[in-house]
Amino acid sequence: MAHSGISVLLEGTNFTRLLGGLWVTVKIAAIALIVGIVLGIILGVLRTFKNRPLRLILRLYLEFFRIVPTVVLLFLFYYILPRQMNFNLPADQLATLVFALWVAAEMSDIVRGALISVPKHQRESGMAIGLNRYQLYRYVLIPQAISLEIPATINLATRVIKTTSLLMLISVMDVINIGQQIIEANNHSHPTGVFWVYGLIFLFYFLIDYPLSWWAKRLEKKRLERANG
Amino acid sequence: MADKVLEVEHLEKYYQKKHVLFDINLSIQQGEVVTLLGPSGSGKSTLIRCLNGLEEYQKGTIIFEGKKIVPTEKNWQQIRQKIGMVFQSYDLFPNLTVIDNILLGPIKVQKQDKSAARVEAKKLLKSVDLEDYADVYPRELSGGQKQRVAIVRALALHPDFMLFDEVTASLDPEMVRGILNIIKGLANMDNMTMIVVTHEMNFAQEIADRVVFLENGHILEQTPAKQFFSKPKTDRAQAFLDSMDF
Ligand SMILES: Nc1ncnc2c1ncn2[C@@H]1O[C@H](COP(=O)(O)OP(=O)(O)OP(=O)(O)O)[C@@H](O)[C@H]1O
Ligand SMILES: [Mg+2]
Repeated sequence: MAHSGISVLLEGTNFTRLLGGLWVTVKIAAIALIVGIVLGIILGVLRTFKNRPLRLILRLYLEFFRIVPTVVLLFLFYYILPRQMNFNLPADQLATLVFALWVAAEMSDIVRGALISVPKHQRESGMAIGLNRYQLYRYVLIPQAISLEIPATINLATRVIKTTSLLMLISVMDVINIGQQIIEANNHSHPTGVFWVYGLIFLFYFLIDYPLSWWAKRLEKKRLERANG
Repeated sequence: MADKVLEVEHLEKYYQKKHVLFDINLSIQQGEVVTLLGPSGSGKSTLIRCLNGLEEYQKGTIIFEGKKIVPTEKNWQQIRQKIGMVFQSYDLFPNLTVIDNILLGPIKVQKQDKSAARVEAKKLLKSVDLEDYADVYPRELSGGQKQRVAIVRALALHPDFMLFDEVTASLDPEMVRGILNIIKGLANMDNMTMIVVTHEMNFAQEIADRVVFLENGHILEQTPAKQFFSKPKTDRAQAFLDSMDF
């Protein structure tokens, strides 16, 4: 009966439904990453300014998103905020928001770390030719910081994509949730369906995340070679 | 003709609690070359960094081209286009090619016309024998070549006044002469007003009109160069010259 399990994937619209779920997952991850990275760059730049209260607030923001587990964040935004503050969003948009805020927090730290590791003399040479603060960041500091921060950013992306597996907990119709529904609906006809469904989901995640982490490793290796050469 | 380019009055500088410059008074005429000499740690770098706003000063006044500088960041951004500075450690921007390093100020800060600025940048590069290096990245240059680009980068803004802080100190000996000749050319041919900090006593003697001798944050003497190198006014300066094997 071993071959009957795999047919669960092909029955009816199961496969397209799984792909649809994957699309929801990818969309949430992608939008959250884009919004989060842009916001994170801005916050990271602000965290290198001298203004102490601003730095403290942004630091607290980072620590909050870093310390509180993502599951708790999702529950907090999904179950608690709507009731307390009358703040209602569909589950998938809410998930995108939570992930974007989380990415922004982590990204701000990556960007800040890269910016402060650009040598002080670079900043002064820029000032000496009359660059204003915006120009200094735009043409001198950020371009030099980017090569330092790309590998860490890609790693963050792989973490975000993996963590989307929590989305089913707030009933987003992501790939895992749909997989679970298919398994339950076909439990009698395909008792081994669970392996095939999760096997396919594993493959999906692997196909997305592996190239990313391979790319990050390669960039990091290149950067180190250049730094040491 | 004796226009004053820069005047410094009663300038005092602290790093936190540490007092590093004491009652600095200095005035520089159009076209004058001043070398700033003094032992290590006497405050030479700190002083010239104050003159283009890279360091804050706590007391005193700087008057540039007849106008008292109100030390806000915005004002300094304007003034720095008129006061070029070259550092010991060259510090070209590694993310930009040689020509883009040079053009950043003229195009982004001064909004000069792009193609005209490019033509001029090439001409400046040619004047320091680097016309073939416009499109390479700084990491492909030797120290001496980098420093020449750094000088060109400062000149591209058409400054009225230049500050040089030990620009040959981290170069191999065979590179030093080339850089010094460029500075000398600026002083003699272009009649550039400048303050030069250097440990090269022969060079200081060649180009200086006047020597300002600094020790422990005090200006001990300001003496015409000829006189300074033959018979300085203070024993401290004499001891300094002796210690420099000069
Ligand atoms: N960023 C800083 N913070 C605190 N103290 C500083 C700082 N920079 C310089 N100093 C101190 O200020 C004094 C003057 O330093 P400065 O670098 O101006 O001397 P210098 O004459 O340029 O010396 P050198 O010939 O070694 O370059 C020194 O005592 C130095 O230790
Ligand atoms: Mg110095």
